[in-house]
Amino acid sequence: MGSTNSTLSKIPNVEELMEETGFTPAHIVRLYDRFEALDKEKTGHLRPQDFGAINRLAMNPIGDRIIGAFFSPGQETVDFHSFVRILAHFRPADKKHPKDPSMPEPVNSRTSKLKFAFQLYDQDKDGKISRAELLQVLRSMLEMQVTEEQLESIADRTIQEADLDNDDAISFEEFRKVPLGRARRLTYQHGPLQHSAPRILSQPHRK
Amino acid sequence: MIYDRVTIKLLEGLCHKPPKFQNGVKIVLLLLLYQMKLAVNFLTIGLVILSLPCGSYTEIPPKPPGSVTVLPPVKPAGGPQAFPDAENSNLPVFTMDYARIQVPFEVTLWVLLASFAKIGFHVYHKITFWVPESCLLISIGLIVGAIMHSVHEEPPAVLSYNVFFLFMLPPIVLESGYFMPTRPFFENVGTVLWFAVVGTLWNSIGIGMSLYAVCQIEAFEVQDINLQENMLFAAIISAVDPVAVLSVFEDVSVNEQLYIVVFGECLFNDAVTVVLYNMFIFVADMPVVEPVDVFLGVARFFVVGLGGMGFGVIFGFVASFTTRFTSNVREIEPLFIFMYSYLAYLVAELFSISSIMAIVTCALTMKYYVEENVSQRSCTTIRHVVKMLGTISETLIFFFLGVVTITTEHEWNWGYIMFTLLLALVWRGLGVLVLTQIINPFRTIPFNFKDQFILGYGGLRGAISFALVFTLPDSIGRKKLFVTTTICMIMFTVFIQGISIRPLIEFINVRRTNRNLETINVEIHSRLIEHTIAGVEDLCGQWSHYYWKDKFLKFNNRILRKILIRDNRAESSIVALYKKLELQNAMEILDTVSGDINAGSSIVSLQYVYPLCPSSSCSFSLSLSLSLSLSLSLSLSLSFAFSLACSPSLSFSLSVSHSLAPSLACSLSLSLSLSLSLALSCSLSLILLLSLSLALPLLLALSLSHSLALSFALSLSLSLPLSLSLSLSLSLSLSLSLCTNDTHTLWPCPSLCVSLCPPCCLSYTSLHLIHPSSLTHYPFNLNRSDGYLSNTSRRVGIWSIYQG
Repeated sequence: MGSTNSTLSKIPNVEELMEETGFTPAHIVRLYDRFEALDKEKTGHLRPQDFGAINRLAMNPIGDRIIGAFFSPGQETVDFHSFVRILAHFRPADKKHPKDPSMPEPVNSRTSKLKFAFQLYDQDKDGKISRAELLQVLRSMLEMQVTEEQLESIADRTIQEADLDNDDAISFEEFRKVPLGRARRLTYQHGPLQHSAPRILSQPHRK
Repeated sequence: MIYDRVTIKLLEGLCHKPPKFQNGVKIVLLLLLYQMKLAVNFLTIGLVILSLPCGSYTEIPPKPPGSVTVLPPVKPAGGPQAFPDAENSNLPVFTMDYARIQVPFEVTLWVLLASFAKIGFHVYHKITFWVPESCLLISIGLIVGAIMHSVHEEPPAVLSYNVFFLFMLPPIVLESGYFMPTRPFFENVGTVLWFAVVGTLWNSIGIGMSLYAVCQIEAFEVQDINLQENMLFAAIISAVDPVAVLSVFEDVSVNEQLYIVVFGECLFNDAVTVVLYNMFIFVADMPVVEPVDVFLGVARFFVVGLGGMGFGVIFGFVASFTTRFTSNVREIEPLFIFMYSYLAYLVAELFSISSIMAIVTCALTMKYYVEENVSQRSCTTIRHVVKMLGTISETLIFFFLGVVTITTEHEWNWGYIMFTLLLALVWRGLGVLVLTQIINPFRTIPFNFKDQFILGYGGLRGAISFALVFTLPDSIGRKKLFVTTTICMIMFTVFIQGISIRPLIEFINVRRTNRNLETINVEIHSRLIEHTIAGVEDLCGQWSHYYWKDKFLKFNNRILRKILIRDNRAESSIVALYKKLELQNAMEILDTVSGDINAGSSIVSLQYVYPLCPSSSCSFSLSLSLSLSLSLSLSLSLSFAFSLACSPSLSFSLSVSHSLAPSLACSLSLSLSLSLSLALSCSLSLILLLSLSLALPLLLALSLSHSLALSFALSLSLSLPLSLSLSLSLSLSLSLSLCTNDTHTLWPCPSLCVSLCPPCCLSYTSLHLIHPSSLTHYPFNLNRSDGYLSNTSRRVGIWSIYQG
């Protein structure tokens, strides 16, 4: 616990961060260690290249989109606070939280998670997944398995199924209505941030 | 089918008539041939039903030429014989040799009887909704058992150890393994194994100990059962049975997590049961139990469990590898699947390791690769045959459970039996509670109390326990008591828990499955989110099961697929799903435009695509009498042409694809109208041909689609000398038919009674054209589509995923 406290003291505004995101101190420390490991040049900020150094993430079909999600439009670097805030989306949803309508939607609620997923599609951030954007995602996921016409038909079919107001694009509301089968797990929790601190700290970092 | 083809060829040669007529004639002949086949079946059934109480017939075996020995005639005591004795030197015109065909004959009849029972249940849909089929089958079995007991017949030994474990159980387990939804299974594999292993151990030990304590109470007079006999018995009855559970749970659409855990548990607890059973049997012979033996027991468990899985995986891979080379022998492709799985089962039995686990893992491993290697048709065949065999086995098992209940000897002991039931429930409940508390923190979607209740309540026992208890060595003094208790346990769980589980699920409002999840959207978004999670995991440097899944998929793609799949084009699940949905849509479109699509168009043996049924259906039956024949013959011929055009195609589809609702129309002609019909039109010549096939008993006209109603049509037409008496009685029979029109509403159309005309035969047609049931429920599966969607409502729900 000693190392936890000393690490925590290095991070500015840690209490505010914890309250905003709901992470425990152990989680924050863990994430800080990871942040430092990624930040090879010790600038305190991460750039896209640092993310790209993670091999497996680079091989992920939508890896670049995930990386892009960390950077707000216009920013080229991400500091620790933003890093943690984005990752807070993946925290297990707190069922016990009293639903206070005056408070803003917690970061890890189901809606926020869906919004995060939505933004992975919607790169130009106009609130809708257009056909072109969908095509791009499909292309990256399906890579070389299908011809261009098949891709287009799949995209057509997808929009046709989900599009309720016939504007040839999927808005966030329509996206929400899709019953997410297996992906329901996302809305519950996510692996890295679920386990207790000692276990996490004992695990070696992976590059 | 061969003689159909021959007939057609003959006809082709003979008739150079307009195609319509040609078709008509061929159709008639085919109908004729089919009806003759059916007639043979029914005649045999009728004969057997008559002969059942009489015992078996034997014939004096003929002397082999040149031999000197005289074979002694074997006659049943007092049994009648169907033909004169051998002293009569004339050539016997009609002989019967029952002994020769007895075994296969009786097997066929029992299977048919059980299947008829199954058909019969679906007459009234409401019954099967509230009462699971297993209960109904057991009830019918009880009735048949009572009948057999009263005539002092022995039932066939279906539930004996060898027959049950070697022939009855493998098909069911293969079906379960083959149609297990792999993705949810692997996501929950930890929970499944936890419940299967630890849960069963908990149950056995708990029940065993408590029963031993109960036995100490003097009032129950069971003090002679010692500890290890109790433990043995507990090991037998604590295992949840896949047959019973599946038959109940498949109708009730609980949420997928729950389903997969119950399902998986009952399949995988076999390892524990096998070990415990063998251990306690072994221990029964030993005077002293040493600690070494306990340790060996644990070691044996690992051997059994892991060995079973290992064998399964090996055979699965070998099977997949074999199918890589079968592109030129497409007809026997399905054979490999069955042979390899059965081989896995038998080899596991050879080494006394868990054969159920072997066959399940074999099916799981095999399915993925094999379905990419074999042709579309083979794939359909495999799925269909697996399902069919599984259903037959299940039906027979429950049926014979009922039969054997009556015919075995029982020993009743109130105290022991009641306590067993109570303790089983209590321990299972406790076990589920405790185990869930421990495993919930590790689960993504934890079980709430309602889920736990259903988990505990759904622990049904079934025929496996019964077969095991039957094979207890006779050295155990109270074997009959154990048998009785097991039967009570099975009856209790299957009837009471099985019937009440559906209303309970609705009452406590367990999370249900959402059946509607086969859309492209779901697939795409799910994949995206999975990629996201995997990516974020990499980001955070944390390993989780997505990592392993990813790793395995990469290994799979790089190495396994190259070895095991012939034509290695990796196909994303998105593309596979898309293709499947598009095909469904295409079928739907064709469906609505031009009526019923005949799956028979894909059957090689049919050389003609028969004209389609019109989508509107009508049913009518005609009553004919002499005076009316003239006028009616015209309409009769029309209906004939009508029905004939449709029914053969449908009767084809009856045998092949259950998706279409067949109708059987039996129409028979009058002898007297013959002379008149010839004069009228060529369509009437159809009647001519048909009337030649006079001895056509009929059948239940079935429609096997749940959306449509049944029609029963009875008709008999017999040759002249017999017609008088029989046709009189039959004339009063009604045929009631319910049919639908396009809008799927049911309207009853009673058909007319048949009237009588002495010199001629009666005919009676009742014609049911069934609305083409939508083919959306029967996707021609493309590669790797999960689950088997049949057009009955039963299993559709299970493979879909529920909505948050």
